[in-house]
Amino acid sequence: MRRVVITGMGIYSCLGKNLEEVTQSLYAGKSGIGIDPMRKEYGYRSALTGIVERPVLKGVLDRRSRVCLAEEGEYAYMATAEALRKAGVEMDYLEKNEVGVLFGNDSSAKAVIEAHTTAMEYKDTQMMGSGAIFQSMNSTVTMNLSTIFKLRGINMTISAACASGSHAIGLGLMFIRNGLQDMVICGGAQETHYLSMGSFDGIGAFSIRENEPTKASRPFDRDRDGLVPGGGAAAVILEDYDHAVMRGAPIIAEVAGYGFSSNGANISQPSDLGSSIAMERALNDAGVSAQDIDYINAHATSTLQGDAFEAMALDHLFSPYRTPVSSTKSMTGHECWMAGASEIVYSNLMMLNSFIAPNLNFENPDEYSKNLNIVPKTIEKNINLYLSNSFGFGGTNSALVIKKIL
Amino acid sequence: MQREEVIKTVNHFLVEEIEIEEDLLKEDALLKENLGIDSLDFVDIVVIVEKNFGFKIKPEEMKEVKTLGQFYDYIMGKVN
Repeated sequence: MRRVVITGMGIYSCLGKNLEEVTQSLYAGKSGIGIDPMRKEYGYRSALTGIVERPVLKGVLDRRSRVCLAEEGEYAYMATAEALRKAGVEMDYLEKNEVGVLFGNDSSAKAVIEAHTTAMEYKDTQMMGSGAIFQSMNSTVTMNLSTIFKLRGINMTISAACASGSHAIGLGLMFIRNGLQDMVICGGAQETHYLSMGSFDGIGAFSIRENEPTKASRPFDRDRDGLVPGGGAAAVILEDYDHAVMRGAPIIAEVAGYGFSSNGANISQPSDLGSSIAMERALNDAGVSAQDIDYINAHATSTLQGDAFEAMALDHLFSPYRTPVSSTKSMTGHECWMAGASEIVYSNLMMLNSFIAPNLNFENPDEYSKNLNIVPKTIEKNINLYLSNSFGFGGTNSALVIKKIL
Repeated sequence: MQREEVIKTVNHFLVEEIEIEEDLLKEDALLKENLGIDSLDFVDIVVIVEKNFGFKIKPEEMKEVKTLGQFYDYIMGKVN
């Protein structure tokens, strides 16, 4: 069976616009959460969000590429360009070899709403312009990346709610492991515009601690009151190990295991059993046991139920080993469709720099999290093997085990 | 509206919005072959013309419009 490694990665989020900035934010425990005043005007219950600056792509990409890119596609372009640079992959390589793209994305609401608004104003669909169709489809990220980077391998978007980015990496692993591809660009993207999150706010899922934005996302803490949405994009270059060695590529880590499950139950409520199955499968797939794991990047979004069910599952599998746990969503908010990919990038940065980023705002445990070894402040720690969890609406679960190449 | 005014407005949006190099904007320039305007770009030009000149381009009327000069004349005919 072929081994699959990560040879490049890129990130564009509320923690920074590149790997260096994000590493500093993670180490410093710096929150990227703030207030978006437009949300109140629009009728949101909570104006809290990860603050992500739109990249300026004029002069970087041609007009046609820019017109077809939705907000999340712009972020994905930035992350992918950085990942390819880090992997030493240039356009010439992409044009001469078969490289795939699998990204997690599950909405492009801003583009859809803006097109609708235009149609209502002019009563003429042509006034939506030429980019609307390419911006508003769920596959907008992969259709644009494949065009911009001239990709000719597997090309599709994974829509699996808040586990989309994680499943994208898991599926990339399978494509390479099975010999179908040598290199796949995997990642996740998430729009942050106020038009994209209204319906999520509408079900009361968001924290309303607006007077203390950086304290609003508090996974596992007793006094949490909901998640804070965030976004941006993350990309990793997955590659067959031998192929990477032959290319002389920098090897960041090995994607050692992927586990998945579906709860088969409620549309919005998580399950400790379902998430446990995904984690155990990922461990088995990697050929390791729970005690081997040095760090767990939890899904924990700062919701009452989600965190409690994950804490139960983690307690069940890891408590005897006191495995350090943190949720970087305490700094980023919930990066939704992107989270499963961004949290691999965040955790890889921790692994490369031998530290664990803090679970901000973990001040008091509740009856479930009291059993876990949650890291409230940055600690120096050598990480050889970590687990990253991602769970989503509809009961979709994904877990990845990543290993340092020694 | 004077022809010079139409030329100025059209050239401005072709440069600023469609990002065509100004040096290419000659009366005899072919819209497709010389200026590189494809069918998707034309959708955006329809939108811009409606916002700038207040009328909607009908595709069937554009069949004989091949050059930039003919495009100026087409707009002149519509706005006057």
